[in-house]
Amino acid sequence: MRQARLTAERSGRRLGGGPIINRWALLAVPAIVFLIAFFLAPLVAVSLRSVTEFPKPTTDIFANYERFAASASNVRVLANTFWVAVLSTVVCLALGYPYAYLMNIVRPRIAGLLLIAVLLPFWSSLLVRTYAWQVILRDTGIINTFLLDMHWVEEPLPLIRTTLGVMLGMSQILLPFMVLPLYASMRRIDPELTKAAANLGARPFTAFRRVFLPLSMPGVLAGSLLVFVLALGFYITPALLGSPKDTMISQFIASAVQQRLDWGIASTMGVILLALALIVLFVASRFVRLRDVYGSLEES
Amino acid sequence: MTDSWRQPRRLLLLALGSMVVLFLMAPTLVVVPMSFTASNALTFPPEGFSTRWYEKMLTDPQWSAGFVNSAKVALLTSIFATVLGSLAALGTVRGRFPGRGAVNALVLSPLIVPLIIIAIGMFSLFVRWKITGSIVGLVIAHTALAVPFVVINVATSLRTIDRNLELAAMSLGASPVRTFQRVTLPMILPGVLAGALFAFITSWDEVVVSIFLTTARFRTLPVEMWEQVRQVVDPTVAAVSTTLLAVTTTILLLALVARRQAPVR
Repeated sequence: MRQARLTAERSGRRLGGGPIINRWALLAVPAIVFLIAFFLAPLVAVSLRSVTEFPKPTTDIFANYERFAASASNVRVLANTFWVAVLSTVVCLALGYPYAYLMNIVRPRIAGLLLIAVLLPFWSSLLVRTYAWQVILRDTGIINTFLLDMHWVEEPLPLIRTTLGVMLGMSQILLPFMVLPLYASMRRIDPELTKAAANLGARPFTAFRRVFLPLSMPGVLAGSLLVFVLALGFYITPALLGSPKDTMISQFIASAVQQRLDWGIASTMGVILLALALIVLFVASRFVRLRDVYGSLEES
Repeated sequence: MTDSWRQPRRLLLLALGSMVVLFLMAPTLVVVPMSFTASNALTFPPEGFSTRWYEKMLTDPQWSAGFVNSAKVALLTSIFATVLGSLAALGTVRGRFPGRGAVNALVLSPLIVPLIIIAIGMFSLFVRWKITGSIVGLVIAHTALAVPFVVINVATSLRTIDRNLELAAMSLGASPVRTFQRVTLPMILPGVLAGALFAFITSWDEVVVSIFLTTARFRTLPVEMWEQVRQVVDPTVAAVSTTLLAVTTTILLLALVARRQAPVR
């Protein structure tokens, strides 16, 4: 069988002209079939449930969507999710840009260490990292114990179960998704260009603003859109570090399925979340190559 | 470039960089010393030194079952995802067919679709197929999530190898099979290996989809941790966290070493 596959390339050529399909293509079939059956089918199943399952019998297939829009608390969850995603993106950009810039100008060995500092948390468990934030932020946690021992505060500061807590946890988890595309795009900038600007009399900051910054924009866009889309789907972190007020779409969906057994509204929220992510990605597809993000792992 | 830098600005950047490193690394590093505390509470700095929480983790039937389940699921996921993903990478990089862009998007999409939707979607189908609460359902789910990492790693190696070496082998009389075995495969092997290791980590750390596909009788370590972290405040969770981290970090470092073996571009 392998022989058949391996002669693929030659037979592809044997067709002469421009072959439309060659036999290497067959190798992709198992993964395609697997993902259609076990990944795409579930997504379709969820979407269908949003227009077929209702708490009360109805002929209106959009009943769940109307039910969703009619409830102010549902809309608030959606708005909150959007807001938290925007905030996370801004925080990650503010921390990630200078960091990637630093990686780009230091010696390769130090850049390698800075990259490891991004990759280690990138690949370590999200749950463990959220748990670590819990240990740090809670009323009897590291920060509050320290502040109380020093008598700088009388009562523990409210750090956990706040939006601040969620933001800290989410930014820490999402930061690598910002730094990696930023660093990849900065490395592609020819250092001679900023030098040329300096030689032509631009001051360092002007050279940065007029030459370097515009050239790094693809990385800024790639990182921001990626962080934004991923932030939309966060579940574990807001559940452990936020208050009920900070509920995000994913938590809403999980509790609708697990506690209220309301598949109609859960799947409706799911479709809305998926649509949001796909729209952002569609816009992003003009600037982002996913491979740039994960491909930057290569550079360590 | 360094000389055009004014000192204070450079220092500011370095200070910010160190803060970010602290922000990225500190949370996880805090958990490690705490897991060795002798006291019953999670205090920092930890009081005394003891391995009692590790003993508790290993003797508690739920934690140890979770450990074994996680290892099994991650190992099987790694095998299946590596086979499917490597073939898919060969197919999409070397293959020519209409709709290749769509296939690329399909293969990479598990990275970007919000996990909760994947979770409830798989849950609602897998219940019907009666594969929830079993290793079968979980391995299938994790394989779907891990395939993109294998594809990216193998595709990167495939794109960077010098195809003239394959042509040379063939023109010297090697059959296509032999060319693949002796020339192509050794060159992409570091990518395949790195992909397998990343697939293992993906499964080992996965929690959202696993929450929905497991039951009290069959749980992985992260799911057990998720269940306990909301109720118990006992340092066993820190010991479990340290164990999860130790496995992930070891495998990540192996993967990075594997990638280094990749041929020079």
